[in-house]
Amino acid sequence: MEQSWKRAKAIFATVLGPPLAWLLLFFLIPLTIVWVYSFGTNVGLTEIAFTGTFSNYARAIEPLYVGIFLKSVGVAGLTTLFCLIVGFPVALAITFAPDRLKAWLILLVMLPFWTNLLIRTYALIAVLRTEGYVNLSLGWLWTHASGLMTMVGLSPLTRFEPLELLHNNFAVVFGLVYVHLPFMVLPLYSALDRLDRSLLEASLDLGAGHFRTMMMVVVPLALPGIASGILITFIPALGAYLTPDLLGGPDSQMIANIIERQFKRANDWPFGAALSFLLMYMTFIAIALQAMLAKRKTEAGS
Amino acid sequence: MSKRSLRSAAGPLEYLRRWPLQAWLVMVGLFLYAPLLTLMAFSFNDSKRNIVWKGFTLKYYDKVLQNDSLIAAFGNSLTIAAISTLISVILGAMAALVLWRFKFKGKTVLDGAMALPIVVPEICMGVAMLVFFAKVMPWPTGLPWPLNLGAIIIAHVSFSFPFVAVVVRARLASFNRELEEAAKDLGAGEFMTIRDVLIPHMQPSLIAGALLAFTLSLDDFVITFFTSGPDTVTFPVKVYSMVRFSVTPEVNAASTILIVFTVLLTALAIRLQGAAAVAGGHAPDASSK
Repeated sequence: MEQSWKRAKAIFATVLGPPLAWLLLFFLIPLTIVWVYSFGTNVGLTEIAFTGTFSNYARAIEPLYVGIFLKSVGVAGLTTLFCLIVGFPVALAITFAPDRLKAWLILLVMLPFWTNLLIRTYALIAVLRTEGYVNLSLGWLWTHASGLMTMVGLSPLTRFEPLELLHNNFAVVFGLVYVHLPFMVLPLYSALDRLDRSLLEASLDLGAGHFRTMMMVVVPLALPGIASGILITFIPALGAYLTPDLLGGPDSQMIANIIERQFKRANDWPFGAALSFLLMYMTFIAIALQAMLAKRKTEAGS
Repeated sequence: MSKRSLRSAAGPLEYLRRWPLQAWLVMVGLFLYAPLLTLMAFSFNDSKRNIVWKGFTLKYYDKVLQNDSLIAAFGNSLTIAAISTLISVILGAMAALVLWRFKFKGKTVLDGAMALPIVVPEICMGVAMLVFFAKVMPWPTGLPWPLNLGAIIIAHVSFSFPFVAVVVRARLASFNRELEEAAKDLGAGEFMTIRDVLIPHMQPSLIAGALLAFTLSLDDFVITFFTSGPDTVTFPVKVYSMVRFSVTPEVNAASTILIVFTVLLTALAIRLQGAAAVAGGHAPDASSK
């Protein structure tokens, strides 16, 4: 169906030119400069000399930074897992909802996603902080339970100690799940929606329970969709900056926070550039892994 | 008929009518919406400490409207979103057209390069933009508004237009090439065919792409954070500095305004395109990759 470009050179050039030029000038060249910087050294305050050194990468594999990389992968992995657990039933409900309701349920999942990320993170601060709504509700319940116990003649409870919910790793994972849930639900839904329903009915008819049908029929068939949901959630979670910055504590720094610090406060651009590219390579590895899995899956299927 | 089937027992696959799943949906709904709704409710709370309800007030909205730097930041955000959306839609449509229509050397490379801005972590792109505008193309300072926003607009276009291209290309796949042949048989030239046949077919995806680019731009914090200067502050960057400082009812009020704005924008999209199209147009169909 495609036309050879030689048959409509004028059109081809007009339509290709502007997007290609933009992509080159305002995306690929900036990235290339960062890549070049990652092999450079700081000389003076703002000068960076290209020395072809690997010292920035060597510094990145010091235990301190390896620990942060591992922690980021762990936090992103945990986030993805929780998103999958929370999101799968939601995707299932949307898939088998009546058509009229379907679009509205999707909108319900999407609407927070369209709301500004910063506002959503801020909303979580108000919920989780020491004098936040969660602790307030718990405190209220606590005092009333305590009052109830004195009424029935028991000794009252000790004073309510607010839970530390903010500025720790729990808050970071909670916030990342909150922010990334729609990323998981939508690909899951589009995978489940394509399933042949008669297979599910057959499984149920032949005596498998709902749980067994899910595990033995739905999950294997929807595996490519699940894999892409995992990827779409994992990648932005791995590079998250705002959530660990605002909800995390001193030990919840993720890679993105370290990169930001190199560029803004520590003013060590070459090292920051090396870290950026390491993060990017990790992203590409994740994508390649998923592509390989998907390929093996289709080969096995055919 | 439909009333009757509502009362009948749930069919084997009507998962939405089973209570565990309903309970789960309600829980997830609470999880997603309770923080936002409490935030909105407490923007009307007449208490500085903002925890216990002390009575209804609009004074924080008044404060927001009198906060000149916040209003200016909001104006900047809307301007950046509008201009970058316009450029993104044009560039995205062009890229989609070229990738859908032509066969050429390096097509796979271009395809891959167009996907890069979508997959590259935001922080890496922010850093690249910072370096680019610091070392290669310093954006002149002291330009009159809105020219001073140029660097941010450029950065926003770079991450938005590949998304537009994906949306438009999906729509082009359903184009019937015979229409184009017919137009040419009837004497239309290449450009005329594109203008009168292809672009009308693309139109719904152009609107969907524009909405997507607009929200992406309005939502972006990280990349803007690296490209904005002291006098080019956007709404998210401004709110960030306020949030770092403390949790105040004023931030609640400003956030409520933006949430209402988002809901109105979504409602407008639904009116224009229908709920199914709005929901479907944004569903990332990555599993088909």
